[in-house]
Amino acid sequence: MFKYLKQLTSLVAMVAVLFTFTTETMAAKKSKTLKNTQKKGFVRCGVSQGLPGFSNADAAGNWTGIDVDVCRAVAAAVLGDANKVKFTPLSAKERFTALTSGEIDILSRNTTWTLSRDADIGLTFVGVNFYDGQGFMVRKSSGITSTSQFKDGISACTNIGTTTELNMRDFFNSKGISYEPVAFEKADEVVAAYDAGRCDTYTTDKSGLAAQRTKMSNPDEHIVLPETVSKEPLGPVVRQGDSVWEDIVRWSLNAMIEAEEYGITSANADSMKTSDNPAVKRLVGAEGELGAAFGLDNEWSLRIIKQVGNYGESYKRNIADTGILPDRGPNELWTKGGILYVPPAR
Amino acid sequence: MDLKLQKIIPQLITVLVVVLVFGFFTYNAQINMENRGIDFGYGFLSQESSFDVQFSLIEYDGSHSYFRAYLVGLLNTILVSVIGIIIATILGVIVGVARLSPNYLINQFAAFYVEFFRNIPLLLQIFFWYFAALRALPLPQDADAILGVFFLTIKGLYVPAFVWENLNVFLYSIIAAIIAIVVIRIHARKVQETQGKQLPVFWISVGLIFILPLLSFLIGGVSLSFEIPKLKQLATTSFKYEGGISLPPELIALTLSLALYTATFIAECVRAGIQGVGKGQKEAAASIGLNPNQVLKLVVMPQALRIIIPPTTNQYLNLTKNSSLAAAIAYPDLVLVFAGTALMQTGKAIEIVSITMFTYLSLSISISILMNWYNKKIAIKEK
Repeated sequence: MFKYLKQLTSLVAMVAVLFTFTTETMAAKKSKTLKNTQKKGFVRCGVSQGLPGFSNADAAGNWTGIDVDVCRAVAAAVLGDANKVKFTPLSAKERFTALTSGEIDILSRNTTWTLSRDADIGLTFVGVNFYDGQGFMVRKSSGITSTSQFKDGISACTNIGTTTELNMRDFFNSKGISYEPVAFEKADEVVAAYDAGRCDTYTTDKSGLAAQRTKMSNPDEHIVLPETVSKEPLGPVVRQGDSVWEDIVRWSLNAMIEAEEYGITSANADSMKTSDNPAVKRLVGAEGELGAAFGLDNEWSLRIIKQVGNYGESYKRNIADTGILPDRGPNELWTKGGILYVPPAR
Repeated sequence: MDLKLQKIIPQLITVLVVVLVFGFFTYNAQINMENRGIDFGYGFLSQESSFDVQFSLIEYDGSHSYFRAYLVGLLNTILVSVIGIIIATILGVIVGVARLSPNYLINQFAAFYVEFFRNIPLLLQIFFWYFAALRALPLPQDADAILGVFFLTIKGLYVPAFVWENLNVFLYSIIAAIIAIVVIRIHARKVQETQGKQLPVFWISVGLIFILPLLSFLIGGVSLSFEIPKLKQLATTSFKYEGGISLPPELIALTLSLALYTATFIAECVRAGIQGVGKGQKEAAASIGLNPNQVLKLVVMPQALRIIIPPTTNQYLNLTKNSSLAAAIAYPDLVLVFAGTALMQTGKAIEIVSITMFTYLSLSISISILMNWYNKKIAIKEK
């Protein structure tokens, strides 16, 4: 009988191990993500594989961009230090799986908010940090100045797995133009193929076109056509089912936008504590108990503004000053003719 | 406790553990998916896919279902695998034989080819051929016609399309020729076995395969014309060819790199096979009066093939699986279309990845079965 004792013990051990795992999974608590993040000491953030202005790493591995700033804001709010972020570069294909499987806790990767993504696949969109729309880029020498000049048989380079692929079909179908889609897995290959002359046009979000144009061998040879063929509200995404974490990410972004609205900047945030405006005082933590609802202290938003800056500062630093899109267009505050409008922090 | 039971119990435990582990992962996945609000199911396969694919062997556009998109990807994978296997085999045999050539220049060149191509990662080779080709090829408007009808441009290779009339009559004539050849071969073998006479089977076969289809043209009403690609202007500096058949550069680059890479391994299999046949076999064959052709065909090759086939099967499987690197250069294979675009549009990761894995498994096993059957057929039949 001793012969089997060893085998039996290992079997029992195995079953026991399995049980522990199972019970732990089922005991998912309300704000598990927050607890885990505080325990680990860093925010796990999924970003793109390199899109200037949104999320891009320099030679030293420092990430910058407005998508990156959302994660930094959450880190400032939750951990007190905007640099405590671990960035995971993801392809369009991997991004949702990485989030739903728990590899990352925030997906801030120029991701379009759509009904099916929000409803179907276990994701929750928390807001919009960039209002974008799909456009087309062509060579200047082609003489094309409007999408109405597109002809049957045009070849279009793009990325797979994005809303771009679907919009492109809708667009060409509605115009009754036959086209050849050439879809790559990674943006770098799309740019290389279009640049070499494989395609007549390159289509993706207009901000993406503007950013990728800077990577072409001769950026001046290309123009982005004026038409916008779709709505692309880009924003951060979290896993469904952790409403506390969802609120933290949503309000970290909202705090940045509202700070701009009230003129609070990284430079003047501390002095704003003595402001006469209660809304301003709430944002810099001098009044109210706003952080308590998330299980955070009262200076969460002050830290965001001081360490990351308000939305306008982030936009200027990452998108305007880098020459990608100097004109803010719809991404201007509602008070200045744009459509950036967030619920009040109170 | 008897011996039988002693043997069975460990096996039962192993099975139990496997089932438990598998069950645990399934259960855990279910719970996790439920917690995150993800539905599991294959119903999406019949939904409208609403994305287009660049290159398809069957009729397809975004109004068809995801299942149809799956078929498009599968057929494209099979297409690139089959063409790749054919080219790799031909090239591999030539290079393998060349490595054994007594000519110093030829065998050194073959050796260089093998060492060069098998030692560079395949993905790099695919990128190299694709982007090198894209950079080197002319724009459609600058392309010179090859033989007056082929156009090799950055947007693809354009070849004339066949325009048939009464194609069925032509096909019947070929089928008739094949049947006639089979009958004659059987008859020739009988004649040789009974009377020891050799009939000129080869020349009769060549004659039949040409004469019967020719007759179909002359009296069967078959006619063939070509549709030659024509240049079409899309914008000031933007052109393409219309008419004829166009092969996208992605397909060409992928097939080329897969074939060049795999051919190096097949060449080594072939070399090993030929060297594995004893020298005495050839000498013995020559001494009973067979000519060099017959020595190769009747004595060396049948024995060499037994050594060549099993490792070559591995290479065929490798080529088929490596074709999934297509996604890198936009060739719409199974991985790009189904495990790529369809996965992202539906979010059904587990379902789609499982279907894709099962498909590759089936493809590989089919190739295995086919090659094993062939291997068995040429094996020495001991009496």
